[in-house]
Amino acid sequence: MKFQFESLADFMAMSGHGPYVWASYAITFIALIFLVVNPVLQQKKLIKQQQKLRKLAQSAPAQHQ
Amino acid sequence: MAWQWFHRLGSPRWFYEKTTSWLPWLAVISIALLLTGAVWGLAFAPADYKQGNSYRIIYIHVPAAFLALAGYYIMALSGAVGLIWKMKLPFMVMKSAAPIGAVLTFISLVTGSIWGKPTWGTWWEWDARITSMLILFFLYLGMIALQQAFQHRDTADKASAVLALVGMVNIPIIYKSVDWWNTLHQPATIKFTSKSSIDPSMLYPLLTMVIGFYCFYALVLLLNTRLEVLRRESKTQWVSDLLNNIKPESK
Repeated sequence: MKFQFESLADFMAMSGHGPYVWASYAITFIALIFLVVNPVLQQKKLIKQQQKLRKLAQSAPAQHQ
Repeated sequence: MAWQWFHRLGSPRWFYEKTTSWLPWLAVISIALLLTGAVWGLAFAPADYKQGNSYRIIYIHVPAAFLALAGYYIMALSGAVGLIWKMKLPFMVMKSAAPIGAVLTFISLVTGSIWGKPTWGTWWEWDARITSMLILFFLYLGMIALQQAFQHRDTADKASAVLALVGMVNIPIIYKSVDWWNTLHQPATIKFTSKSSIDPSMLYPLLTMVIGFYCFYALVLLLNTRLEVLRRESKTQWVSDLLNNIKPESK
C-alpha cells in the first residue's frame, strides 16, 4: 500500500476531480457532524428546561405563604 | 418467565440505563473506522482505471446508501413491533430513525449527483435507482411530517408505523432497480452470493467505511432514541431524578 499521489497539491487536485471528491466528503462530514451534535444539544436544552421547572416547583409553595 | 427479557427490552428506563455505557465505545469505534476508511480510500486505494479519482466518492456514497436502506428496515420493523406488542420503546426508535435515514438518503443522493457529473456528464437523471432513492427520501420526510401532524402521541405513532410498513414496498424496488431497468446506474459491485466485481485493494477500504457507517448509525440512533425517551418520560420520577442529578443546581 502506498500513497497514490506525487504531492499534496496533486492529492488536492485529484487529477481534475478534486472539487467533486472534496465537495462530496465535505458535505458528508457536515451532515454526519449534525447527526451527532443535534441530539446532544437538544438533550442539554431538555435538561436545563427540566431543572428550571423543578426550581419553579420548589420555590412556588414558598411564595404562597 | 421466558418472555421477561422481551418486555424488559420494551422498557424505556432499562434501555436508557443499559445504553449509557455503550456510547463512548461506539463513538471511538466509529470515528476510528471512518477516519481509517476515508484516508485509505482517498489517499491509498488505487485510482479507478476508467473513472480516475472521481470514483473515490464511492467510499461515502455506497455506505450512506446501505445505511439509508438498513435504516428503513429498522424504522419499519420498530413500527411493526410497536403496533403488534403495543410497546413504547419501539415507537421511540421508529421516530428517531426517520431523520437519520433522511440525512443518509440525502448524503447518498447528493454524493451520487456530484459523482454523476464527471462520470455520466449530468447531475441528475430520472434513472430507476436514483428515482426510487428519491422516493425513499420523501418517505423519510413523510415520516417526520406525520409524527408532527397529530395532537396525540399514540395516533402519531400508529399512523407513522403504518406509513413505514406501506413504504417497505419501495425497498425491494430500490435493490432490484439496477437489474430490472437497464438505465444509467451501474449494478451492484459487492455481492454476497458470488464473487464481487471490485478489486480487494478497493474493497477493503469500502468495507471499513461500511462497518464504520453501521457503528455511526448505531451511535446516532441511540443518541436520538435516548433523547426521545427523556422527552416522553419527562414526567416520570426516574427521569426527573436523573435530569436533576446530572448537574447539581448551581446558584
